[in-house]
Amino acid sequence: MCLAVPAKIERIKKQTATVDFGGVRREISLGILDGVRVGDYVLVHAGFAIGKVTKQEADDTLGALKELKRFSR
Amino acid sequence: MNTIKLMEVCGTHTMAIVRAGIKKLLPAWIELVSGPGCPVCVTSERDIDAAIDIARQKDVIMTTFGDMMRVPGSTGSFEETKQKGSDIRIVYSVLDALRIAEENPKHKVVFMGVGFETTSPTVASVLKEARARKIKNFSILSNFKLIFPALRTIAGSREVQIDGFICPGHVSVITGSVPYEKIAKRYKKACVITGFEPGDILKGIEKLVRRVRDKNYGVEIEYARAVRKKGNPTAQDVLKEVFTPRGVEWRGLGVIKKSGLKLRNKYKDFDAERIFKVKRRSVLKKKGCICGEILKGLKKPADCKLFGKACTTRHPVGPCMVSSEGTCAAYYRYGK
Amino acid sequence: MENKITLAHGNGGRLMHELIEHLALKFSNKILDEMADAAEFTVGNSKIAFSTDSYVVNPLFFPGSDIGKLAVFGTVNDIAMKGAKPLYISLGLIIEEGLETSILLEISDSIKNAAKKAKVQVITGDVKVVEKGACDKIFINTSGIGIISYASKIDAKAREGDEIIINGPIAEHGLAVLNAREKLGFISNIKSDCINLNFDVERTLKASRHIHVLRDPTRGGVATVLHEIAHFSNLGIEIDEKLIPVRPRVARFCDILGFDPLYIANEGKFLCFVRRNDACRVRSAMGKDARIIGKVVRSHAKEVHLKTILGPMRILPELESDQLPRIC
Repeated sequence: MCLAVPAKIERIKKQTATVDFGGVRREISLGILDGVRVGDYVLVHAGFAIGKVTKQEADDTLGALKELKRFSR
Repeated sequence: MNTIKLMEVCGTHTMAIVRAGIKKLLPAWIELVSGPGCPVCVTSERDIDAAIDIARQKDVIMTTFGDMMRVPGSTGSFEETKQKGSDIRIVYSVLDALRIAEENPKHKVVFMGVGFETTSPTVASVLKEARARKIKNFSILSNFKLIFPALRTIAGSREVQIDGFICPGHVSVITGSVPYEKIAKRYKKACVITGFEPGDILKGIEKLVRRVRDKNYGVEIEYARAVRKKGNPTAQDVLKEVFTPRGVEWRGLGVIKKSGLKLRNKYKDFDAERIFKVKRRSVLKKKGCICGEILKGLKKPADCKLFGKACTTRHPVGPCMVSSEGTCAAYYRYGK
Repeated sequence: MENKITLAHGNGGRLMHELIEHLALKFSNKILDEMADAAEFTVGNSKIAFSTDSYVVNPLFFPGSDIGKLAVFGTVNDIAMKGAKPLYISLGLIIEEGLETSILLEISDSIKNAAKKAKVQVITGDVKVVEKGACDKIFINTSGIGIISYASKIDAKAREGDEIIINGPIAEHGLAVLNAREKLGFISNIKSDCINLNFDVERTLKASRHIHVLRDPTRGGVATVLHEIAHFSNLGIEIDEKLIPVRPRVARFCDILGFDPLYIANEGKFLCFVRRNDACRVRSAMGKDARIIGKVVRSHAKEVHLKTILGPMRILPELESDQLPRIC
């Protein structure tokens, strides 16, 4: 439904921020997200920061699979 | 184990599930059904025709997201219209559309807006800016949709036997988990909001299965690194300030009450529908498309008379074929 | 066929193949029917590879390369993919009236340098100027010939059990051009990988006498070339997503735009299909970034399967039309 990619805020000038997606940079808008600071990670969708993300990793794939298999028994 | 039927609401989830081959990893008693959460795929032919009518006018620059370019209306797509000479441009962000308007003061720049609750606040924010800066040659053709009315339609449909929803992670970044609570309680569905990494999706499915098994109907956030219970209140406020709900047509599902967004009166000077006096022509419906039932998980593509004949990936009719990862497109391409 | 030619007829996907097959049928002969990037035939005692290609790229200059360099290396590489040593090229320029002379000079300098680097000579040429709007700034056609000295025949047919090797990370050219053209506002160090491959191929050929296919995955990317080879060989192909080299910033950019790097054009990469026993040696000869990414199998003929990061196999579909930046 909506692609959004995490990026790190590098600079903020009023409502505009420069973010780093990991070797790819762009200016994005902070028009719909409050309280963003340099160094924060945000999710970027269509040129806007839509929410902050904590730097926690995605869940462990194998663990979830094992659990599912356990249900079948 | 009885079969458990789960719907991934979001098209980006469908894509991630296909790309990682997740269905093949799941036990046979878990069935995944693709939902209506691809905003371009559910844009009706009528709405696309109206946008093309505007794009064909002199001095108009039509802008839109790349996803929209190949979705067919009744007489063609944006891409085909562009090849005939209309100025239609792909943008990554509505911000770019506004920039194009500033760079081309003699043209009327229109943004064909599609998307759900994730995308519409970005457009609302740009409209606030355009209004403050008194930009005169910029307007929005709003085809924005709201996912919750569609979810209610699917959850409340009596024939539907979906046990739980894999809820869209990025819509939920904006809306939070609260709007799902009513749906979960009223229709007795399990809801888990999850992210888009294969691990997120598998974990989400595991949590859903647990809830369905325990008849524990409620909402759970598995994508806690991005989704908070109350979502993004700033985005919600900006959205409400600029847009208000209205009934709109979904390709394959028909008209759903209060499932679309129109511009509030305060923003009427930016409303392409008003500026270009859009009349939505009635469209000759191709009879026999059963995408509505496929989207609800009631039927399979093979049950459709049009499948593979009048409806192919090159000339799609319904949303399930329009979306590259839609149920019908996947069956058509992979023979399964 | 459709009533009108659309851009999709030229993007390396299914429609383009239908169009080319339709045209090729008219001229059908033994050499053409091999449908290789370069034709192979004998003149006197010499085996010759001959190829032609037209270059239309917008913008003319983009990070890492330009239309001139592309026009030389593109044809040089097509000849090299036949296992041939490229020697001479022709140069045809179609120029739109109004093009600034300085741009033309810059492009011709680039052609000169590229030819020098690839050790080929421009030995014949033509210039046409057309009215404004009749072409876009400048179109270039180059043809080239080379001599084949490799003992066994390199055709488009792979053999069962062949290993598939690529010489480095993919998808850079396509992304560099797209970012320069579409003005999407992203800043990155992604540069076109445009380079001549003839010397790398020469080194590779020395490493084994059992190289069956060489191909450069340009338009339509790695996936498209694998499809063509699976079809032509009437065999199946299996590749492993984990093994496909993609630089992190390229992967990120693909995530942002919703692209699959396997369908994005390269201009300095080649795929080599070689007997399994020789695979390691050939990989070393192909360069330090070369990776074995998959193999040729008897099952699922004409299909390309991808082992996903999670482990299961899925079909890697044929490209329908080129990818556009997406929001969902």
